[in-house]
Amino acid sequence: MNSGAQSPVKEPILSVRNIKVYFPIQTAGLFSGTIPLKAVDGVDFDLLAGETLGVVGESGCGKSTLGRGILQLLELSDGNVVWMGNNIGGLSFREMKKYRKQLQIIFQDPLASLNPRMTIGDIIAEPLTVHYPELSAEERTQQVKDMMDRVGLLPLMINRYPHEFSGGQCQRIGVARAMILKPKLIVCDEPVSALDVSIQAQIINLIKGLQEDFGLSLIFISHDLSIVRHISHRIMVLYLGNAVEVADRKRLYNNPCHPYTQALISAVPIPDPDLEKAKQRIVLQGDLPSPLNPPSGCVFRTRCPLARDLCAREKPRLQQIDPDHQVACHFWQEAQDQRII
Amino acid sequence: MKIKPIIPDRLESISEDAVKGRSLWHDARRRLFQNKAAVISMVILGIIVVLAILAPYLSPWPYDDPDWGYDFPGPPNAELKHWFGTDGNGRDLFVRTLYGARISLMVGILATSVSLLIGVTYGATAGFIGGRVDNIMMRIVDILYSLPFMFFVILLMVFFGRNIFLIFIALGAVEWLTMARIVRGQTLSVKKKEFIEAAHATGVSTRKIITRHIIPNVLGPVIVYMTLTIPMVILTESFLSFLGLGVQEPLTSWGVLISEGAKQMESAPWLLIFPAIFLAITLFCFNFIGDGLRDALDPKDR
Ligand code: SF4
Repeated sequence: MNSGAQSPVKEPILSVRNIKVYFPIQTAGLFSGTIPLKAVDGVDFDLLAGETLGVVGESGCGKSTLGRGILQLLELSDGNVVWMGNNIGGLSFREMKKYRKQLQIIFQDPLASLNPRMTIGDIIAEPLTVHYPELSAEERTQQVKDMMDRVGLLPLMINRYPHEFSGGQCQRIGVARAMILKPKLIVCDEPVSALDVSIQAQIINLIKGLQEDFGLSLIFISHDLSIVRHISHRIMVLYLGNAVEVADRKRLYNNPCHPYTQALISAVPIPDPDLEKAKQRIVLQGDLPSPLNPPSGCVFRTRCPLARDLCAREKPRLQQIDPDHQVACHFWQEAQDQRII
Repeated sequence: MKIKPIIPDRLESISEDAVKGRSLWHDARRRLFQNKAAVISMVILGIIVVLAILAPYLSPWPYDDPDWGYDFPGPPNAELKHWFGTDGNGRDLFVRTLYGARISLMVGILATSVSLLIGVTYGATAGFIGGRVDNIMMRIVDILYSLPFMFFVILLMVFFGRNIFLIFIALGAVEWLTMARIVRGQTLSVKKKEFIEAAHATGVSTRKIITRHIIPNVLGPVIVYMTLTIPMVILTESFLSFLGLGVQEPLTSWGVLISEGAKQMESAPWLLIFPAIFLAITLFCFNFIGDGLRDALDPKDR
């Protein structure tokens, strides 16, 4: 038996295999047709019960699409999503309904994710009315109030409307709605990036606390490495719809092996001013290439300082370099050696 | 970990009913009633409607028989209770103006309802389904838009004769195009909101998503546009009457009265002045109410 930090005999609660989400884009011109926009282009990962997987990447790297693809809110172009032993990829609305109880999502824009014409009591209760129509009105209200209390909202605010709350409170409402069915997995799609910095920590801690209480698994999507670092057990770095590095949180920070991850980490400010001055920032050249026309071979090669012929010819596969560490780079060893922080 | 709520702490001791939230409709109503022009318009419009309904009881004169004992046309005369005078056929203008109000308002409201029915169904369908269906449906609207609609209405009248119901249908059938566009645009924008996605993620059925989440959020602009369509329709009907294609005698509408009045503008100005005042006031009122509603429902200054 392997005695790693996470024992490999543990069955994953969610297995994502080679999922792809392509959007057909209409081309302009006389001979118009559609070309695929490869938002997510073959991502694999496993998630254990109670684990948090952080997903980081620049905006436009496909991280939100990935989250929605897993929840079947977007149609998958390819690949499997296995949830507790059942493949849920491509299920119809009706077939998917029974899994919706266990799979929830928290959105980026707290106010936009709440129907402005409904009271927050109705908003939080909606999942109950859909999945447990047999509940009486009093039972439902009681559950809603309990949940409001749990997420730090005054239960007597139950008849108020979303616009009467602050951004942070709206996000608590969003969390309560996601939690009311006691799900097993929540996809958090940048849940704090629209909030004030002072509120961010409160919401993160709320989500963390709920995770401990209910044994939730989380997929935490963010562009902010320091937040992801705070909440995740493992982290996946996404670039142009591809996972370039997946590692245990500590390993990823202490020993990033992909040039892109290294660049991302070097951009995070260090609280210690001396260290901050001493460290080298790796500034990436150029812009994110268009996912309509991704580079051949390695998706990162247009901006990679180590790129060479092989990178253009052959796409690097995600390879296991350690029990808790996978990286997709032909020259990861070189990258690892060169790193100076 | 308790957070500080926006609502002051002392409310904690008050019962839940006391913290009833203010819905957006509630807010809108309050703002509408703060708008003086809109409130005055509603009152005036209310008075006109009541007058129109009570028309036969307000004057001793019938709307279709001449007063043989007075001039044809005769100027306003309070003693004979011809407050607005009589028309070229000796009929009391006051009563006829109010009967005209009945027809004009009815045309406005019914034609608008027709446009509402077609426009909302069509626009919501196109917007919700989206994609190719939406494309085809909206191209059809574009094509209909480009047809000269007056010509179409006149053709209908000429072929089928002057029938008041035909007027309703013709006007409604023309006005629904804009309504469909507005509803479609609104549906498209609401459909993209995250709360719709949240509903999908919860497994809410499509029917419930439309009735609970989309329609209540599309209603605002529809109501505003409806209030602005009514005067437009009334005006169009007047225009048709001016061309001699309006309602048939002895029934009348403001348009018919104005067109007759205009012919005798110099010899009997009251024939033009009274109906024109009523028409103008009504149009103003609807427009003020529409503006007030738009301001009240506009989520931007929330
Ligand atoms: S495979 Fe090549 S281009 Fe891609 S990250 Fe590694 S060195 Fe850079």
